[in-house]
Amino acid sequence: MVDNSTDGLAGAVADAVAGAAAGGAAGGAAGTSGKRTGALAAYRRIVQSRVRAQAGYRVSFATDIAATLLTGLAELTEVYVIFHNTPRLGGLDFDAALLVFALANLTFAAADLLVGHCDRLPTYIKQGRLDVFYLRPLSLLGQLITSEVSLRRLGRISVALVVLVVALARGDVQATATTVGMLSVAVVCGTALHCGLFVAVAGLQFWLVDGREFANAFTYGGAYAAQQSSLVFPDPVRIFFTFVVPAAFTAYLPTLVILGLPGGDFADPALAWWLPVAAAWVWVVALVTWRGGVRHYQGAGG
Amino acid sequence: MPLTPAAIGGDSIIDVDRLTRVFRRRGAPALAAVDGMTFQVAPGEAVGYIGANGAGKSTTIKMLTGILAPTAGTARTCGFDPMRERRDLARHIGVVFGQRSQLWWDLPLQESFEILASIHRLDAPRAARRTAELVELLDMGATLTQPVRSLSLGQRMRAEVAAALLHEPALVILDEPTIGLDVLSKASLREFLIRERRERETTLLLTTHDMGDIQRLCDRVLVVDHGRLAYDGTLTGLADAVGVQRVLVVDLDAPTEALHGIPHTRWLGSEGDGVRQRLAFDAKVTTAAAVLTEVAERAGVRDLTIDEPDIEDVVRRIYSATT
Repeated sequence: MVDNSTDGLAGAVADAVAGAAAGGAAGGAAGTSGKRTGALAAYRRIVQSRVRAQAGYRVSFATDIAATLLTGLAELTEVYVIFHNTPRLGGLDFDAALLVFALANLTFAAADLLVGHCDRLPTYIKQGRLDVFYLRPLSLLGQLITSEVSLRRLGRISVALVVLVVALARGDVQATATTVGMLSVAVVCGTALHCGLFVAVAGLQFWLVDGREFANAFTYGGAYAAQQSSLVFPDPVRIFFTFVVPAAFTAYLPTLVILGLPGGDFADPALAWWLPVAAAWVWVVALVTWRGGVRHYQGAGG
Repeated sequence: MPLTPAAIGGDSIIDVDRLTRVFRRRGAPALAAVDGMTFQVAPGEAVGYIGANGAGKSTTIKMLTGILAPTAGTARTCGFDPMRERRDLARHIGVVFGQRSQLWWDLPLQESFEILASIHRLDAPRAARRTAELVELLDMGATLTQPVRSLSLGQRMRAEVAAALLHEPALVILDEPTIGLDVLSKASLREFLIRERRERETTLLLTTHDMGDIQRLCDRVLVVDHGRLAYDGTLTGLADAVGVQRVLVVDLDAPTEALHGIPHTRWLGSEGDGVRQRLAFDAKVTTAAAVLTEVAERAGVRDLTIDEPDIEDVVRRIYSATT
């Protein structure tokens, strides 16, 4: 066991959650023990400073938000163009595709906002910022996660939110236990799942110091796959994006449940309720990868 | 109190035993950056850790702070295993890496201190008292509200030192703290460290290329070369050990021919047709007075100075002796 006996998987999860909670509104989710509360306060302080620093540069902040807003709109246009040419694709009509688009973009952009900067780990290593993390009494992963908050992603998030409302209205979705429950699970666990992919990729980059492109294939590639109907993929690809990199869980499968659609092979709507398990799976892989990466960085062998 | 192994180990704030770190790179032979190093540092000592680039200084520090795992041997810092107990250790050490910042470049300096106080869980009165003290001693009052990125190098280094010392660590490790600083900034930083050590009995471990840092701050020197300890002792002892020569510079009444053949000296050169001449001698074999007497028999001496051994030269000699 190397690096931090106190930094086991559970500790890392708690710290990561602390980081995410610190990024959210109030710290109502404060840990039980004094130790965690102390770490939480420190993370919250760091995250607050990140928010202030970005808000301080008003013009660049505004242009950054506008840029991600345009990216979101461009991708929305793509969906529109496709369904202008074909009434159905992969078992979805335009309204269903909008809902998939909204959930995929919302969860990915929220994850990008919270932990997207993790793919800058090689830069942190080169600048020596990672070594500075080692000198502080906080977990490395917790510090990496809270080292930045990409508020510019709010542009893309707002596009996704508007599309979500429109899609729900056009699909005439009634507020039942099923739809509200599925929507909540999809947003929360879908975001967690994408966050886990970012962390896994950060862990990989300890080995691939110049591998940002390769690493992004998993995060951005996963996000792209999440935007599609699983049924457009051949079976092996669909299985890959359902059971290996479970991107299909973040948008397509919940959409089937919310709109009452039938799905297909390896794309059963009932699978959608396994989203928390899929997110947990991604996080287990992520933390094992991260841990291995840290050991590799320290040259601890293994 | 019974003498447990832990109590014995507690005598040293740094305890390094046969510490080894080997780097293996594909297509290159394995390199032992640190090779079986053993030394202890007692609480309150100020130790200069010197050596050429690539001698293994940074690798040692990384192993002392938990950044790197040893390949073999052990390191204990403040009684902690740096790898297993990194976070506990972090509360007791302060580290300044000359080349890497622990400040937030886009925030006013004051906010970096506030965040660090929160990270180290200092309560509000303690954080305020300590920050005020550091601001006064390091003369940072005018820079507190400035963003870190707009600070000059000297201002930033003082801020880095303050950041590392905010939580009043028992052990302070400074890696090239005065690199690139002007003479005044160097002097004030050294004054501060001397005072900090006197008042808090802080232990200092310092790597530097600036021998003034060593002369002013350290009472013990460790010289590392090719990952091994080449010398452990006082600075003057180091000069004696390698037999570095002092240089007598004499100004004579009139141009004089070269002062060759003065016993136990080596003639180094002359200026102004021999009005000023330089003679190297080994202080263990002869004395300045004896050399001067010999010179005075040949020519009238108007003035003299003695150049003390240049410590850079001392270190250079150690390296050339061990390679």
